[in-house]
Amino acid sequence: MEEDFVLMKGNEALAEAAIRAGADGYFGYPITPQSEVMEYLTAAKPWERTGMVVLQAESEVSAINMLYGGAGAGKRVMTSSSSPGISLMQEGISYIAGAELPVVVANVVRGGPGLGTIQPSQSDYFQATKGGGHGDYHLLVLAPSSVQEMADFMPLAFDLAFKYRNPVMILSDGAIGQMMEKVKFQPQRPRMKDEELPGWATTGKTPDRERNIITSLDLDPYRQERFNRKLIEKYQKMKEEEVRFETFQCEDAEYLFVAYGTSSRICQKSVQLAREKGIKAGLFRPITLFPFPEKQVGALADQVKGMLSVEMSAGQMVEDVRLATNGKVPVEHYGRMGGVIPTPDEIVEVLIQKFIGG
Amino acid sequence: MTEEIIIAGFGGQGVLSMGKILCYSGVMQGKEVSWMPSYGPEMRGGTANVTVIISDERISSPILNAYDSAIILNQQSMDKFEKTVKPGGILLYDGNGISRHPTRTDIYIYRADGAEEAARMETTRTFNMIMLGAFLKIKPIVELDNVIKGLKKSLPERYHHLLPLNEKAIHRGMEIVQDIHVVKKV
Repeated sequence: MEEDFVLMKGNEALAEAAIRAGADGYFGYPITPQSEVMEYLTAAKPWERTGMVVLQAESEVSAINMLYGGAGAGKRVMTSSSSPGISLMQEGISYIAGAELPVVVANVVRGGPGLGTIQPSQSDYFQATKGGGHGDYHLLVLAPSSVQEMADFMPLAFDLAFKYRNPVMILSDGAIGQMMEKVKFQPQRPRMKDEELPGWATTGKTPDRERNIITSLDLDPYRQERFNRKLIEKYQKMKEEEVRFETFQCEDAEYLFVAYGTSSRICQKSVQLAREKGIKAGLFRPITLFPFPEKQVGALADQVKGMLSVEMSAGQMVEDVRLATNGKVPVEHYGRMGGVIPTPDEIVEVLIQKFIGG
Repeated sequence: MTEEIIIAGFGGQGVLSMGKILCYSGVMQGKEVSWMPSYGPEMRGGTANVTVIISDERISSPILNAYDSAIILNQQSMDKFEKTVKPGGILLYDGNGISRHPTRTDIYIYRADGAEEAARMETTRTFNMIMLGAFLKIKPIVELDNVIKGLKKSLPERYHHLLPLNEKAIHRGMEIVQDIHVVKKV
């Protein structure tokens, strides 16, 4: 039975899962702490297994524009990078969102700003969930908290990208990328055949249809505004259909940790430690960061006495928690930065200090 | 059962691979495992450490600040991690290069001079397996059969001819480990 499992780093699991999700192409540029993605792909030689293309571009700017082209042709394409590299890609991501193309971008976050550090961080929450590049747009953002989820979210990300014709970001961090855990993969999905490509793909005009045009440019303000409204409707539909989350000991919780990704794993332990001290703590873990589970967090505001948003950042998701709770309950933030990872007991101390006293 | 372990030493001593083999052994025994390395400046020379958790249950935090067991292979790691062992926990160390020996009285302390022993074997690279053997003698959290299976799974096939040597090193470690301090029962 245990033979089915392999022990892998999060980055490697993401790469293997991409092959198995039937990806047509990976385009990227190396950066710590996610270089294992491309290293794994080049060693696995998926071009021999499924025909998937793996290409090291000359820069992140180039890689994201290769995605733009590949996605425009209706292909399942993806890239991965880490914070500074993702910043370089933002122009392209905005164009891709504006052209309504399905791509998957994995950000294995490291601390910033600037080159910052190579250690894990969650300081790219705003960039990931609020747009990132210019213009009114959102990515659909999935936040894995284990190596298994790095693998599971890959096919999901492609499905959501194609369902909404929208870029999907897998937002992880250096800890999940570098950590090894047991992982079990889904079976190999076939790559899309030419006849299965979506109708909007630019595959060459045939006499029986109009030309497919993919662009993010419309100089007619009214048409552009109509398009902006269409995007808003799309994001609204995501809010109705795609919210994903996980709760841990929330049923009788009086205090709630809200945390995603690596922080949520640490907070799970904090819940345990707090309960050993007689504090009824629970954990709410958003899995989709956009759409944020605002209704579910809002509902818990009626139950608990306080919420502590725990992030490896100066306080980003806490703003969404405050919006979701709308002043109904005190919401505090606790964060470590610069690649420092908070420990389970330090989080419990902060909970006590901020809400309980003593 | 949950066992939270820190393995720490110099880069090149086989710290990360010792952790990996321990994890694979856990997988072979049907356990949940996590392996969280320090991948930062440490892996570019200097100290290296890895947090290994082996459990019957789903693992919460892969990052810890207190451990059931510490396997310590150099002085810097001793300075950093001796204090992080939970009371009643285990500290196993290699005496080579240690100038300040552990002084805690509320933990079980063991010493195995693995580096010295490795120098007597065919290759000094058996060092980490000697230390692993010493640890498993103290705390048999995984069965030896599963360790051998784990070793086989974690070593690339081109190194499989080294399996008997590694197994021998594990046994050597089990023989040379010595009690330094045993917590008195109150």
